[in-house]
Amino acid sequence: MARQDVESEVTGNVWKVLKSVGDSVAEGEVIMILESMKMEIPVESPASGTLSQVLVEPEEQVEEDQVVAVIES
Amino acid sequence: MTQPEQQTSSQPRAIRKILIANRGAIARRIVRACNELGLESVVVHTSVDAHAPYIDEASEAHALRGLRPADSYLDQEQLLGIARTSGADAVHPGYGFLSENAGFAQKVIDAGLTFIGPDPVWLERMGDKVNARRIMAEQGMPVFDGSDFITDLATAHEVAQTIGFPLVVKPSGGGGGMGMQVVEQMDALESALTQAQAVAAAAFGSSDVYLERWIARPRHIEYQILADEHGNAMHLYERECSIQRRHQKLIEESPAPGIDASLLREQAERGAEICARLGYNNVGTLETLYSDGSSGFLEMNTRIQVEHGVTEEVTGVDLVQQQILLAAGGRLPEPAELSGHAIEVRLYAEDSQTLMPSTGVLRIFQPPQLFGVRVETGYQQGQEVSPYYDALLAKIIAKGRTREQAIGRAVVALQAFTIQGVQTNAALLLRVLRDTAFLRGDIDTGMVARILRSGQRIPAL
Repeated sequence: MARQDVESEVTGNVWKVLKSVGDSVAEGEVIMILESMKMEIPVESPASGTLSQVLVEPEEQVEEDQVVAVIES
Repeated sequence: MTQPEQQTSSQPRAIRKILIANRGAIARRIVRACNELGLESVVVHTSVDAHAPYIDEASEAHALRGLRPADSYLDQEQLLGIARTSGADAVHPGYGFLSENAGFAQKVIDAGLTFIGPDPVWLERMGDKVNARRIMAEQGMPVFDGSDFITDLATAHEVAQTIGFPLVVKPSGGGGGMGMQVVEQMDALESALTQAQAVAAAAFGSSDVYLERWIARPRHIEYQILADEHGNAMHLYERECSIQRRHQKLIEESPAPGIDASLLREQAERGAEICARLGYNNVGTLETLYSDGSSGFLEMNTRIQVEHGVTEEVTGVDLVQQQILLAAGGRLPEPAELSGHAIEVRLYAEDSQTLMPSTGVLRIFQPPQLFGVRVETGYQQGQEVSPYYDALLAKIIAKGRTREQAIGRAVVALQAFTIQGVQTNAALLLRVLRDTAFLRGDIDTGMVARILRSGQRIPAL
């Protein structure tokens, strides 16, 4: 199984986490929504697989390129 | 012959010192209006905004605790406390933040201060989109087919059959296109309804949604209204705001190109008449969609708009000064003629291709100073652009005798604006300003999305 990091493209806050650990996700599916500069920034899965880790919680601040979740594909 | 003294409920109120409950370009714009009118101004700022240029331009500046909007620019008690200690006698809410919050406006009034905006009852009535539509339709403003609140799928199905497809599901409490879902056919209605309700509940604290006919390739046309407390209202023509990204405006201009002026005038006059009849006061904007010669009311914004400068340039009326004078019980200014053409481009801290927001320190920030160009910004060199607030860096408003001249000046101003430290959307703005369809005035709200979707690279500056 390949492990793939899901990274945030922006500095901002976690608004909503839409998927839970164990959920299967398709490539391009939205895992969570970040909020930065009053914009909703969806974080999409880079691959199809199973969501094995969610590393952030709502309200938490994230930096650009920070790993926010992990997919096992 | 002498007329009997007009009876009005409102007596002129003295305004001497204004608390500005906002930040960025609009805070600076209001400070300038205060300085021009010889009034004192009180600005508030969070720690990341402590080096904003308007801190020194205002009479007084107070630091806010907290960084996030909820803990700072939206913290009503903190703001009212500063209004009290600073001895302000009025509050200007700007746009965004608390500007359309009826509860806040009422608290300002209850504290014995003047709220620079419409009576709170208007913030309440127009803040609810379904209600606003109903009020305006009853008063004779054209609206496109739409529904009342939808709470269940059965009603949604029924209404969808009447309206037809495609249609759009919209949160009633929201704005900026957040949570909107376009539905092409009946079997997609249920999931769209659920999603729109979820976003509405999370973002606006109310899961109320409604359905509306989806207008393909519409234009967004809005009308600027001014109203006094003596039963009078007037319009200051239209603004064309179809160039949008993510349902938020990017480029605005006045007058609107390519639409019959008599239709625009008729809508504007009707809007002003309705506002006078309803007893609306201060400034407001009637947003409409225009498609194939017909027009439908969308919503009313009960505040100054980001793009107010466009109207100021073509009418000569200072809208922010007018807001203050009208709030003090003043009467409408003289009617204004439309003169020339003005266009505003919004320079955002975001990538031109991906639209991803960009944060950082403005190592270089040099706005152009050119003939026919006005720059409204709340930033200066060395300042931080943080993820906490919106991405607007500056508004560039170019004026010309013709649309072509105004566009040309906007192009040159964008090229002359030097920014380093964050990415900007300048390249995207230039791409639009040079688009042949845009130059013909052949525009609609989907234009930017089509350019971005086409896969072509946005040329660098």
